Amino acid sequence: MAARSQQGRPGARFAQFKLVLLGESAVGKSSLVLRFVKDQFDDYRESTIGAAFLTQTIALDEQTTVKFEIWDTAGQERYKSLAPMYYRNANCAVVVYDITQASSLDKAKSWVKELQRQANENIIIALAGNKADLVAEQPDKRAVQTADAQAYARESNLLFFETSAKTAENVKELFTEIAKKLPIEQASQRGMRGAAGRPGGVDLGNRQEAGGAAGGPGGCNC
Amino acid sequence: MDEIAPEYDVVVLGTGLTECILSGVLSVKGKKVLHMDRNDHYGGEAASVNLETLFRKYNNFTAGTEPWKKYGRANDWNIDLVPKLLMSNGELTNILVSTDVTRYIEFKQVAGSYVQVGSGARATVAKVPSDAGEALRSPLMGIFEKRRARNFLSWVAAFDEANPSTHNGMNLSQTSMKLVYDKFGLEATTRDFIGHSMALYPTDAYLDKRGMAKDCVERIRLYVNSMARYGKSPYIYPLYGLGELPQGFARLSAIYGGTYMLNTTVDEIHYDPSGKVSGISATMKERSETGPGMTFTTKCPKIIADPSYFPDRCQVVGHMLKAICILNHPIDFTNNSDSVQLIIPQSQVGRHHDIYIACVSSAHNVCPKGYYIAIVSTIAETSANHHLELAPGLERLGRVEEKFMGPPIPLYAPKGDGRADNVFISKSYDAESHFETTTDDVRDLYMRAEGEALRVEGLKEGQTIVAEE
Repeated sequence: MAARSQQGRPGARFAQFKLVLLGESAVGKSSLVLRFVKDQFDDYRESTIGAAFLTQTIALDEQTTVKFEIWDTAGQERYKSLAPMYYRNANCAVVVYDITQASSLDKAKSWVKELQRQANENIIIALAGNKADLVAEQPDKRAVQTADAQAYARESNLLFFETSAKTAENVKELFTEIAKKLPIEQASQRGMRGAAGRPGGVDLGNRQEAGGAAGGPGGCNC
Repeated sequence: MDEIAPEYDVVVLGTGLTECILSGVLSVKGKKVLHMDRNDHYGGEAASVNLETLFRKYNNFTAGTEPWKKYGRANDWNIDLVPKLLMSNGELTNILVSTDVTRYIEFKQVAGSYVQVGSGARATVAKVPSDAGEALRSPLMGIFEKRRARNFLSWVAAFDEANPSTHNGMNLSQTSMKLVYDKFGLEATTRDFIGHSMALYPTDAYLDKRGMAKDCVERIRLYVNSMARYGKSPYIYPLYGLGELPQGFARLSAIYGGTYMLNTTVDEIHYDPSGKVSGISATMKERSETGPGMTFTTKCPKIIADPSYFPDRCQVVGHMLKAICILNHPIDFTNNSDSVQLIIPQSQVGRHHDIYIACVSSAHNVCPKGYYIAIVSTIAETSANHHLELAPGLERLGRVEEKFMGPPIPLYAPKGDGRADNVFISKSYDAESHFETTTDDVRDLYMRAEGEALRVEGLKEGQTIVAEE
């Protein structure tokens, strides 16, 4: 669930990290992920429905692969009802605001605070000012100055990008920069950390298999 | 803030496990669900809380002191309020797997399942023998009794409803369990640990009921099959505590469009002229928030709620006694297990209800390293001196760092089935040591509210999750 990794060919590094999305409703959180994962954009996308999480892999170089397990808020942020489970073991977060809505940056700042309160201490946080395409078309639509957001990001130690899910501007760059900051070496060395990898951990997903293998006393006692 | 929709298919009140499973299932099935809780956190009575919250909840400290601080970071503690474990082959596991909620929660085995026979200085604590081979090695029985127990367990394992040659001449749907025990010549102590630590009956009420033998054999088989699945015990437990379970199902519901509102109190339930529920008015307001909050009204043809939202429509069916104890050592005679279920069958200590001890530890990420959280519980049989009722369980714990024990906890059940007004109310979490009765309540509520049996199998097939690679 958190960082998972495995060693493939000699010298190769692979690690998996949990990434959470945060930000006010309708700033384009899901659209950013849709662009990153499927390279798609939908102008009339409705509120998030039906994806537990999405995954996407980035090759940082020939030897290094990072896989993101991306958790969407599923709308639970709308009435401030995100469960602690959401933040649990998150390795990185993208906090999104809309550069045409000044209030969305204030919301983003409160999400950063919430992350600092609830998530791992060493979580990597990126601030993304989305909908850059709208400003490119009509500069007077801009409500948050790049320099202001950048200054905030710097003092809070956040990565910062202005992005457009619509044109794909800076989307790949955003996730790549996050990947570069993640402790891949550590995660690689820790080895598999999934449920079944822990001592006493159980993988409920393999119900059939496990049940079959353990038929023993209950199933057949002949 | 966004507007609440003018109408929902169902409004769910309370985010306990029962309510969250139903909310999740209904959302996956395409129902439009609004799910609210007056608290600022998920889980209701099924939540796990941090140590500071626990001290405050029980008001267990002198004002001005902060006793939780000597136990590390309060947030490293996830202390269950309900002492229950999952059977690894049980119905809750089935629902978790069927709905893919296992994606959000990691589970670990509980390291041991123990039972006490005898009491006081002559008590023996031993592993519950789970199959014929273990029965032969168990210190709980003498040499001849071991063989009788082995014969019994072999028969249970081989039992096949459809094959009369496995029935040993008995009709389980007609006979009582007492007669079955008689047939195998089992001693009283053996009946006790089989009925209470394997079939997990909390009282002896099952013994003489005609036709109950089938239920008992099924329960023993559930125990044995759960045991066989991972090996150490029949129980599993979620990392970070039981409070993860309602959160996982709430997320499932949200992913399928369920709307979630914490910090929301019900102002009024509206009914149509025929007396059926027609809508609800409520106010969302955070504790820190000044001002009136956000008040709204929406239509809904039915409501599912926990008993706390409709106290006048519920009755008290019993009182649970519970002591939450913080230890800095494992429980004696449990092989230093990081987690155990220990059952003290009622008749061993002169009671009518079993005493349960559920113990978990840092191995399950519920407390810092070196600590153990043990919950001793039973059903109240007297109206005073409740600590004496729990005493046989507390004795098993040895030295206790902190003990949290409030007044007896009333257990509620709805007076009616809810069909008259379409307000469907769940039961309190009972004193049983596992969630099988909770999932029975889920199924019962679903049947009452939706008019059809709940089928969870195949629910995840509709989920649109991008395949990995």
